[in-house]
Amino acid sequence: MSEPILSIRDLRVTFDTIDGPSEAVKGIALDVRPGETLAVVGESGSGKSQTMMAVMGLLASNGRASGTARYRGTNLIGLPKAQLNKVRGRKITMIFQEPMTSLDPLYPIGSQLIEPIMQHQGVSRAQAHARAVEMLGLVKVPEPERRMKAYPHELSGGQRQRVMIAMALANEPDILIADEPTTALDVTIQAEILELMAGLQKRLGMAMIFITHDLNVVRRIATRVAVMRHGEVVEEAATAELFANPKAAYTRELIHAEPEGRKAPVAPSAPVVLSGQRIVVDFDLGGGFLGFGGRMFRAVDQVSVTLQQGQTIGIVGESGSGKSTLARALLRLLPSTGAIRLEGRDITGFDVAQMRPLRREVQIVMQDPFGSLSPRMNVGQIITEGLLVHEPSITSAEREWRAAQAMVEVGLDPSLRNRYPHEFSGGQRQRIAIARAIILKPKVVVLDEPTSALDRQVQKQIVELLRDLQRTHGLSYLFISHDLAVVRAMADHILVMKDGKLVEEGSPDEVMDAPREAYTRRLMAAAFA
Amino acid sequence: MTDMTVLPAATGGRSLWADAWARLKANRAAMIGGAYLILMAVLCIFGPMVTPNDFTTINQDYTRVPPRLSAYPTPEMIEPSLEDAVKKGRLELVDWSQDGSLITLKVASKREIDERVSRYIDRSDMFEGTAVTEMAPDGKSATMTTGVQQKFFYFGTDNTGRDLLTRTLVAGRVSLTIGLLAGIVAVVIGVLYGAAAGFIGGKTDEAMMRVVDILYSLPFIFFVIMLVVFFGRNFILMFLAVGAVMWLDMARIVRGQALALKRMEFVQAAEAMGVGRWGILIRHIVPNLLGPVVIYMTLLVPQVIILESFLSYLGLGVQEPMSSWGVLISQGAKNMPAANWLLFFPAFFLISTLFALNFLGDGLRDALDPKDR
Repeated sequence: MSEPILSIRDLRVTFDTIDGPSEAVKGIALDVRPGETLAVVGESGSGKSQTMMAVMGLLASNGRASGTARYRGTNLIGLPKAQLNKVRGRKITMIFQEPMTSLDPLYPIGSQLIEPIMQHQGVSRAQAHARAVEMLGLVKVPEPERRMKAYPHELSGGQRQRVMIAMALANEPDILIADEPTTALDVTIQAEILELMAGLQKRLGMAMIFITHDLNVVRRIATRVAVMRHGEVVEEAATAELFANPKAAYTRELIHAEPEGRKAPVAPSAPVVLSGQRIVVDFDLGGGFLGFGGRMFRAVDQVSVTLQQGQTIGIVGESGSGKSTLARALLRLLPSTGAIRLEGRDITGFDVAQMRPLRREVQIVMQDPFGSLSPRMNVGQIITEGLLVHEPSITSAEREWRAAQAMVEVGLDPSLRNRYPHEFSGGQRQRIAIARAIILKPKVVVLDEPTSALDRQVQKQIVELLRDLQRTHGLSYLFISHDLAVVRAMADHILVMKDGKLVEEGSPDEVMDAPREAYTRRLMAAAFA
Repeated sequence: MTDMTVLPAATGGRSLWADAWARLKANRAAMIGGAYLILMAVLCIFGPMVTPNDFTTINQDYTRVPPRLSAYPTPEMIEPSLEDAVKKGRLELVDWSQDGSLITLKVASKREIDERVSRYIDRSDMFEGTAVTEMAPDGKSATMTTGVQQKFFYFGTDNTGRDLLTRTLVAGRVSLTIGLLAGIVAVVIGVLYGAAAGFIGGKTDEAMMRVVDILYSLPFIFFVIMLVVFFGRNFILMFLAVGAVMWLDMARIVRGQALALKRMEFVQAAEAMGVGRWGILIRHIVPNLLGPVVIYMTLLVPQVIILESFLSYLGLGVQEPMSSWGVLISQGAKNMPAANWLLFFPAFFLISTLFALNFLGDGLRDALDPKDR
C-alpha cells in the first residue's frame, strides 16, 4: 500500500455559539492515498463537510480547528494563508453541492476558468484560454469554445457542475474534494456526472474525497468508505467489504435505510375523493407592461388524475416537470383550467372564499422542513393554526390539547409544544408539518417531496409514519417525489411527468420494472443502476 | 397510537426573539450604545428640571462666558460690574472688599446719598440684598454691603447670556423627540404601505410603488421649504415633513420583504389550510417583517436627527426660544473660534448620540439577522 498523500490525525473542529462551544468533529483520523476515491458518508450534522472545510482552511469565522492534516508532510491546519493558498486551489481543490451559487454570476465562465489557471501556473492569458477550453472538452461540455463566453445562468445545473469540475481539475490537483456534488441534480444528470467524475479520476490518477449521504453513490464510485457519525469515524473499510460485511451497527442501519415494503392497490370500487380532468396551468413569464401582454409558459399540459380513497398516487419526474404545479392546481392554490372534483363536488371555478370550508379536506406537506414552518411561531401554534380557521369556536386550552394529541400521533414529545421550529431537527420538523396537516382530519394529503431534504434513515421513519397514518385515518395521498425508491415503497399508482405532460402511468411494477416509454426507462436506469 | 390521559406540561422554548436578545446582550458595543441612549434620554427629559438656570433666562452680565465648574462671578468680573452698577447710581466707588459671598463697598458722591440708591446695585444680575450699613454724617459717602448672586454655567453661556447646559438638554429633548416621532411616523406609514403593496401584489403593488417613485423624485428641501412657507415654522410640522419623506425607504424595504415572505412555504401552507388574508398578514407576514423593521428603525432615527439638524442649520427648523442640537450647532459655528464651547457641547451631544444609535443598530442587525455576519 502506498504512502498516504493526505493524512488527518486527531482533527477537532469546534464552533463558538452563544450556548458555548460545540464540537462538530471530535478528533478523527483519515488517510487518503494517491489515486483512490475515499467516500465520507454520514447524515447531516455528522461533521463530514466540516472536516474537509477545516483541511481547506474554509471554516466559518466562529470555527476553530486543531490537530494535524498533513499533505505531503506539510500540516495544513493553522498554516498561514499565503502558504495555504499554494496548496489549496492548486494541489487540493474542491467542488460544492450547489453549482448555482459556486459560480460568480457576473463573469462568463471562461474568465472564471482562466483566472485560477493564470494565477497558479503563471502562464499567459492565451495559454490559459487554451487550457480552459481543453478542460471544458474534458468534462464533456458541448462546444467548449463557444461556452467560454456563456454566463452561469445560461447553463443548466448539470453543465454548471461540469464547469465547476473543470475549474477544480484545471490545475491538475493531487486531491479533489467533492462535497455532495450531485445532490442538487436530477437523477439522470446525477448519473452522468458520477460517470464523468469516475472516468476523470482514473484518467488523471488523482485522489478523490467524495462527501455524500447517499450510499448508492458510494457504491458506484468509491474504493474506500469512511462512515461518520456525531463527529467521529465509526467505520472505515473498502467499499465491497463495507457493504458485504458492515461491522458497526450504525453502518448496518445506513445500509438498510432504504424504504422497504410495497403498498397494496386499493379496490377498484373505492370512492373517488379527488379528480382532475385535463388540467392545464399557464404561468405568466412577465415581459409585458403592468401585467399585460407577457409571455406565457405552460407548466402543466392536459394531465388527468383520479385519486381514490386510501390510494397513494406517486408523481415522479425531474425538476421542472410540473409535478408540484399539478398538485397545487388540484388544490386550487393556482389558477388552472380543466375540471376538478373533490368528493364528487365540482370545485373547478371556486374562489378563495368558496374553497375555505373545503380546505380542511385537502392538506399539503411540503419539501423544505425549514421553510414550511413559520420561524416566529411555536410548534403548538403552528400545528393548531388550521383549527383557528375551521373550528374557531374551540378554546385555547382545547387547542393545546389537540396539538399535544397530534404530536403524539406523529411521534413527537408533546411537552415540546412551546418550542420553536429552529430547535428541532429536519425529521422532527417534517413530523410537525405532518401533524399540522392531519390535525384537521383531511381526506387527501398532498406530500410534495416530503422526504427529499432528509437523511435516508429519517426518510425511512417518515415513510413508515405516513403509512401508519394512512392506515389509521384512511387517507389518500398524492406523493410527489423524484426519489424513485421512496415512491416505490409508498405508492400503488405512479404518474411519470416530463415537461408538463403525462408520459406514462400505471402500477409501480408496470412503470418501474417494465417501462413502456424511453424517458421512463432512462429515469429508472439512472435511479436503480 | 398511545392515548393521553393528562396533558404533559410544556417545557420552555426559546423563540427567535429570545435568541436575538441573547446575541444582543453579548454584543458589548451595542449594549453600551443602548445604555448611553437611555442615559441621554433621562438627562434630556429630567435634566432641565434640576439644572440651576432656566433655558430662556437672559443673563446680561454673563454673555458668552466660558464653561466653568465653580460658580460665577469670578473675582475679576466683580469689579467692573460693581463699578458699572455704582456708576448707574451716580456714585463713585472708593473701595471694596469681599468676604465670602458678602461684599462691602465704600461709595462717595458729590451730592447727598439717598438710601434708595441700593436698588441700582440690586438691578445687576450679580448682586442682591444690597443695604446701606453706614452713612457718613455729611451724607456724601457711605458703606454698603451686598450679596453676590452665585450662578453656575457648567457649559458656559451663549451670546445673550443663556445657560448652554440647560439649552443643550432642552435641545436634546427636541432632537430626540423628532428623531423618535418622525421615525415612528415613517415606520408606521412605511410598514403599512409596503406590507399592503407587497402582500396584495399584482397591479395594486405596481400602482402603489409608482406613487412612491413619484414622491421620491420630489426634491426634499424644496418640499420642506414649501411646507414651512405655507404653514409657518412649527415643531409638529417638522417631524411630519421628515417622517413623510423617510417612509419611502421603509415602504420599499418592507414591500421587498413582504414579497419574499409571501412566497415562503409556510405562507403557502397557511393558504392551503384555508387561513384568510388577514390571518396570514397578522400571523405570518408581520411577525417575520419585524426584524428588518426594527433594524431599519434604529438606523432611521439617526438619519432623521441629522436631517432635522440640517434643516435647523438652514434656519428651517424649530423656533426660538426652543432649540434643537442642529440650531445650537448652527449658532455655535457662527461664534467660532472665539466661543468654541458653543459649538463643542451641542456637537458632542449630537455626535455621541448618533454613535450610540448606530452601534445599537448594528448590534440589532447582527442579533436579528446572524446570517449577515
